[in-house]
Amino acid sequence: MVERKIRVLVGKPGLDGHDRGAKVVAAALRDAGMEVIYTGLHQTPEQIVQAAIQEDVDVVALSILSGAHMTLFPRVLNLLREEGADHVLLTGGGIIPSEDMEKLQEMGVGQLFGPGTPTTDAVAYIREWFTKNRAGDDEG
Amino acid sequence: MGEEKKRPSIDELSAENQGLKAELEKLRRERAAWLGKYGSVPKRDEVLFDTLSGCEVQPLYTPLDIGTYDPAYADKLGFPGEYPFTRGPYTTMYRTRLWTMRQFSGFGTSEETNQRYKYLLDHGQTGLSVAFDFPTLMGYDSDDRRSEGEVGVCGVAISSLADMETLFDGIPLKDVSVSMTINGPAMMLYCFLLATAEKQGVDIREFRGTIQNDILKEYMAQHAWIFPPEPALKIIADIFEWSSVNAPKFNTISISGYHIREAGSTALQELAFTLKNGFTYVEKGIKRGLDVNEFAPRLSFFWDVHNDFFEEIAKFRAARRIWARHMKEIYGAKDPDSWRLRTHAQTAGVSLMAQQPENNITRVAYQGLAAVLGGTQSLHTNALDETLALPTEKAVRIALRTQQILAYETGVPSTIDPLAGSYYVEWLTDQMEEGAERIFAEIDEMGGVVKGIEDGYFQGQIALSAERFQHEVETNRRIIVGVNDFTGGNEDLSIDLLRIGPEIEEKQRQRLADLRERRDQAEVDGALERLAEAARNDENLMEPVLDAVRAYATLGEIRHALEKIYGRFREPVFF
Repeated sequence: MVERKIRVLVGKPGLDGHDRGAKVVAAALRDAGMEVIYTGLHQTPEQIVQAAIQEDVDVVALSILSGAHMTLFPRVLNLLREEGADHVLLTGGGIIPSEDMEKLQEMGVGQLFGPGTPTTDAVAYIREWFTKNRAGDDEG
Repeated sequence: MGEEKKRPSIDELSAENQGLKAELEKLRRERAAWLGKYGSVPKRDEVLFDTLSGCEVQPLYTPLDIGTYDPAYADKLGFPGEYPFTRGPYTTMYRTRLWTMRQFSGFGTSEETNQRYKYLLDHGQTGLSVAFDFPTLMGYDSDDRRSEGEVGVCGVAISSLADMETLFDGIPLKDVSVSMTINGPAMMLYCFLLATAEKQGVDIREFRGTIQNDILKEYMAQHAWIFPPEPALKIIADIFEWSSVNAPKFNTISISGYHIREAGSTALQELAFTLKNGFTYVEKGIKRGLDVNEFAPRLSFFWDVHNDFFEEIAKFRAARRIWARHMKEIYGAKDPDSWRLRTHAQTAGVSLMAQQPENNITRVAYQGLAAVLGGTQSLHTNALDETLALPTEKAVRIALRTQQILAYETGVPSTIDPLAGSYYVEWLTDQMEEGAERIFAEIDEMGGVVKGIEDGYFQGQIALSAERFQHEVETNRRIIVGVNDFTGGNEDLSIDLLRIGPEIEEKQRQRLADLRERRDQAEVDGALERLAEAARNDENLMEPVLDAVRAYATLGEIRHALEKIYGRFREPVFF
């Protein structure tokens, strides 16, 4: 049995142009053997969710450094739910104070990563989540 | 020690070598002339220029002061304020005038930011620098659907002349110079500022300030654009042309390495890409038929100052020398003001760490010192909490105090370019210059800057450098305190953060709704129609935009009118 590759959409929602983190993380996930789709900049939540469904991804990882995380994460989360894609893990990182991370996790967003996190932490987290939640889905 | 082992003096050596003797005499004459002219210039009031031990510090030191002679001195270093400007863009530097302490700042609506500006000015800040929110940076009004959740969050929301008037309410634009980080919609925001200054009674011919207006690095790194490169460059040439006649003291562009660096480039890439962008603007101006001696003196620069202390200093010095040489030798500029590279600097935001954030004060202090040793004209020092949120008042005050300690306690500004002649710093400066020339040649080979942007060359190079750095950190080959070593104390995250609540967006939308209600709609429509007509006819757009702004047309409306003609830039995704 060949283990299926984990599919991740790395997204930059909103008007924020800071893509250093998104690109570094996308490259690290790819180097760790995942299939990575990068949306490019200035995407609306609708565009991100549409791309996630079209690409049938396991994980949506958003990078937000604009301070708009309390608007954009819930909007993507709700759109995923509306589209029946609540089996998709929504995670991400950026300039996000820890209290906001906690609030977002209470709403159903996965773990969020702040500045200085090694990319290996993000890789390990996604792998672990996938093994627990999705690994058996597409077998047979 | 025996007399026979004594090192010969340079005078003894030069007695045997007529060439050396002549050069030495020339340097002596030049130094005497320089000191004669500038040695007794008015000093800053009441400032002591002696060491704490009481030793008098001269404004300038050269190889003659330690009895050595460097044959490359005249060609590579020379004197401050003189070609090739390696030792500084101005003759007397901080002896006469300290750098401008200019903290980049903005949040909420124009009312909140106006209060913050007054706070900063009250605490000794000497210039203002406007940080706009993302909708403004992208040319969207605060009530646009795309702006939701971002209004006033990352900077101040400015959608019209009315907001700009509030921003500088009670702040005399005649006396306080303003710098605005704005690029895609630079013309609109510049016109908001000009119209505000007009209303304050400022003579625009004497008006000083800066707009960033550097669109090339937006495509490379910062990504706040509106139009595709060609119309965007046309608009920049319009700004140069109009300002050279109407606002000749305004800095119409600040060619910026900062964002290239923050996006992941090395110091050398920052230097080379930015100067190459600068040359591209110079070529655009010349192609428009402008006299290089007229517009080049209004070009200014903006560098990042990162952690590698000496490399940063070398970068500043090399930048001045490269710019001077190219402007004189390649672009044929005759006016020394066209050779002189003046710069703003900001400490590296990307070097701030969320772990033990108080340590950021120390990082910023070293970086600020490097900028001053590099000879910057103005400086922003980051606040310790900016890796988590926009800074609190207290954090901003500490950042400003860091500059004041540097300016008033360390003695560093007492003498000009104090690291000149250091083997390491001079070697690094040469390395930076040679490396930049190699990158220029590479860019020329691929067909220039715009072609490189279209092909993703710059974006790719920057991303590769970012990945390499991250890899070096993750393999512990580069140590970052609190991140991959010395992590004791990381659990303590108890610092106060500035919060921008959703009520700000509501308030700003209301301000805009009120404006749309009270302005003369027919006047706005007419001005926007004339603007579109001017764009279709490829006329200079400054006057039509100014007219639309004076009628209180909004940022988004002006953007929309021009976008219909120029289209919108869509980045090819390189990954």
